Amino acid sequence: MSDFDAQRRYRFRFTKTGKIRFTSHRDVARMWERALRRSRLPVAFSQGFSPHPLLSFGLALPTGCESHGEYLDARLDEVRMDEILPAQLPELLTELLPDGMTVQAVAPIGMAEGSLQQEVASCDWELEVLGVIGEELEERIERVLAAPSLTVQRERKGRQAEDDIRPAILSLALTRDGGSEQGEHPIGRFRAQLATHPRGVRPGDLLSAFGTDVVLARACRTHQWIERDGARFEPLSVGGLGTDPVVIHAAGRAS
Amino acid sequence: MQTLWPQIERLLLGVSKPARYIGGEQGAQYPEHGPGKVAWLLLYPDTYEIGLPNQGLQILYEILNERPDAVAERSYAPWVDMEAAMRSAGIPLFSVEQHYPARAFDVLAFNLSAELVYTNVVNLIDLAAVPLHAEDRGAEDPVVIAGGHCAFNPEPLADFIDAFVLGDGEEVVGEINDAMAGWLAVPAAQRVRTELLGALASIEGVYVPALYESTYAEGRLVATVPLRPDVPTTVAKRTVNDLADWPYPAHPLVPLTEVVHDRLNVEVFRGCTRGCRFCQAGMITRPVRERPAEQVKEMVSQGLAWSGHDEVTLTSLSTADFSGIEDMVRDIIDDPVHEGRVSVSLPSLRVDAFTVGTAAQIQKVRRTGLTFAPEGGTWRMRQVINKLITEEDLYSAVDAAFSQGWRRVKLYFLIGLPTERDEDVLGIAELGAHCVEIGRRHQKSVTVTASVGGFVPKPHTPFQWYGQDTVAELERKVILLREAARTTRGLTIRWHDPAASAAEGVASRGDRRMGAVIERVWRAGGTFQEWSERFDLSLWETALAAEGLSLGEVAHRERDQNEPLPWDHISAGLHRDFLWTDWQDALAEAAVEDCRWTPCYDCGACTEFGLEHVVASPVPPAGGSQGTGQDLAAGGRIPVRLGGTRG
Repeated sequence: MSDFDAQRRYRFRFTKTGKIRFTSHRDVARMWERALRRSRLPVAFSQGFSPHPLLSFGLALPTGCESHGEYLDARLDEVRMDEILPAQLPELLTELLPDGMTVQAVAPIGMAEGSLQQEVASCDWELEVLGVIGEELEERIERVLAAPSLTVQRERKGRQAEDDIRPAILSLALTRDGGSEQGEHPIGRFRAQLATHPRGVRPGDLLSAFGTDVVLARACRTHQWIERDGARFEPLSVGGLGTDPVVIHAAGRAS
Repeated sequence: MQTLWPQIERLLLGVSKPARYIGGEQGAQYPEHGPGKVAWLLLYPDTYEIGLPNQGLQILYEILNERPDAVAERSYAPWVDMEAAMRSAGIPLFSVEQHYPARAFDVLAFNLSAELVYTNVVNLIDLAAVPLHAEDRGAEDPVVIAGGHCAFNPEPLADFIDAFVLGDGEEVVGEINDAMAGWLAVPAAQRVRTELLGALASIEGVYVPALYESTYAEGRLVATVPLRPDVPTTVAKRTVNDLADWPYPAHPLVPLTEVVHDRLNVEVFRGCTRGCRFCQAGMITRPVRERPAEQVKEMVSQGLAWSGHDEVTLTSLSTADFSGIEDMVRDIIDDPVHEGRVSVSLPSLRVDAFTVGTAAQIQKVRRTGLTFAPEGGTWRMRQVINKLITEEDLYSAVDAAFSQGWRRVKLYFLIGLPTERDEDVLGIAELGAHCVEIGRRHQKSVTVTASVGGFVPKPHTPFQWYGQDTVAELERKVILLREAARTTRGLTIRWHDPAASAAEGVASRGDRRMGAVIERVWRAGGTFQEWSERFDLSLWETALAAEGLSLGEVAHRERDQNEPLPWDHISAGLHRDFLWTDWQDALAEAAVEDCRWTPCYDCGACTEFGLEHVVASPVPPAGGSQGTGQDLAAGGRIPVRLGGTRG
């Protein structure tokens, strides 16, 4: 069914915000599969006994976390033609995806490009916590950064494991406002840059190094970074798209 | 109205599967509540992933939201961790769409699909901050109603439910809405709840338990009779005549998270006249009403385009019996719109090679497992239960399945059936072994799984008088069967917890006194009783004892012809003497044929309501077995080609 030579790889960047953050990584995969079927874009299928769409999702976002930059790579068949501009795709797909998922950008990438899972080296997070705010939160941040190692208990494949997460904590800093001390539930807010290799650190893992009185209220992955030759860049940046006159093909748009 | 979302949101990082509580499904509606609109909260008393696909609930959701004078939202039972978090934060039960508190709705409408959810029903009423007992509710409280198959014995929940709805809901839901609108138009201070109850009771198909009284003598029920002259002595079910009038759900809910049956469902007919004597659904949903084939196809193609699903299930109690099923399935598969990527599944396959052929045609890929339900281990047993599958049918079906590439066959059986002997139980192992043997002719490694459930007699069936097997007896039979199957490689026996069958029996055939038992089980923490990790028979035994009852009295005791039954004042159309005659026929091992294609037995389902079967074809399906046009005397004969080849 799918002819490798006639396929192209496209990278999609999208958000996951609001209520939908409580769905899982697998749930997001299913939402995309259904949205792509409804879009009638010519997604390529694997060969064999049980063909499946050739989609490849990036690093799993923990259930409950939001994101301003999630990624999906898909192979599309160029054979089944009907021209549409990639610039139109974000709007078209956003329409078909649930509220809270906005497609920010779509662009072709090289067939030889590494997978998202391999390439993304670190992620930026914005975290909101309850329990400890202001200067006290700043002290905790300094303490975490000063520690030579931080062993936390976490569940891995259903088993408790001990890991030193300190090497994966690249930076921590209070946001400029540091949170809001107003209202019933004062909130502390800080940014974290966390490495993804050899083993990713989740916001929940990070928080367990802060003490049990610090409770995670909200976490948002704001950026994912690829590092190459000393430079870092996003898998697909927002803006600057649609300038290339790239044409991709979708079947059955008229129907 | 104030949404509870900000408070709910704070709990969700700390509970399992938080997506259960966020709504947001494609097809979800966010109606504006307001005066002049009756607000319905449709409740499924089990987890979100079990309840969301429920078609009855989705049908009513659309019908109500289409009305200018009604709005409907949905709610499901929060799992134990979420319930604890809600109770400690003081958050009541809420709708998943706009997260409004349940109490703010005018009607709480429960779907009753299984008896073991009854403690969840009680729990949800409590979590909604609505008075638990119907008699304690006042003018400001919502009306609590319930419908679904279990409503055909409403008595165990009579303490908690204001009104039960019997039969198909499509039409009656509008009449209930009218009665509610009339009541709500009266200023709250002047509303008299008994007037509303009277108005509801005057609607055909609606049973209001508070207007009836049950009397007892010597610890047994004598009768359930009206307390007022203006309510009917017997309440009969509603039946939708023509499914073509109700092409719902038109916009099926597509969930954001994983649920059971995560695919498009299109109902192709309602009712079944195969006459399996253990099957309550087949008895209470008669007559057969087929949806026109053209409409089915339209609902399939529109539903697939709308949902993005790549799989559709054609639902009914016996889909292979749909007139022209083969043509319809072929049309769906071959529709160029689907680009050859749509799979169709037929639940409850009829057991014969012909049906497997149809299945092969539609399941070109993913041929993993096929399921058949012979239900009884010997031909004698199958005549008793009127599941008229001959061994030849079964073996040719299994042969067809393995020869056409399926690798697993699953067989459903019941144990604890009336007149059952050990040889009938052992017959399950024998059938299973033969199926493995047949499979090995085609493939090196085959798996046959025999899944065994303990039979629970249900109201409005010929077996409603039967005393079900005790837990110990079912356990003995399971061990017997496991031992017999142990030596057959490739045959796996699975079984349901016999203790759960006992509790289900109590909830199925109990009378009004069961309300106190259910309440006790709930107060002792017994929610989610259909979940094996939560089920606890000792809670039920303790509660029964405290109310002067026992498993023996309610579940295991055989009733005689004249004993009043708790559901005698509820009618599914079936004449009590038809059921009794069929019960006697069962004991005499005498089978009856499907009345779709043979003369009427006058069970009452059609004649009581002036209905007829709605079927496109007046003749039985080609290759259709199970009692239509076959020599029933020869059913138990094992084909010669079996038996000698085992090595």
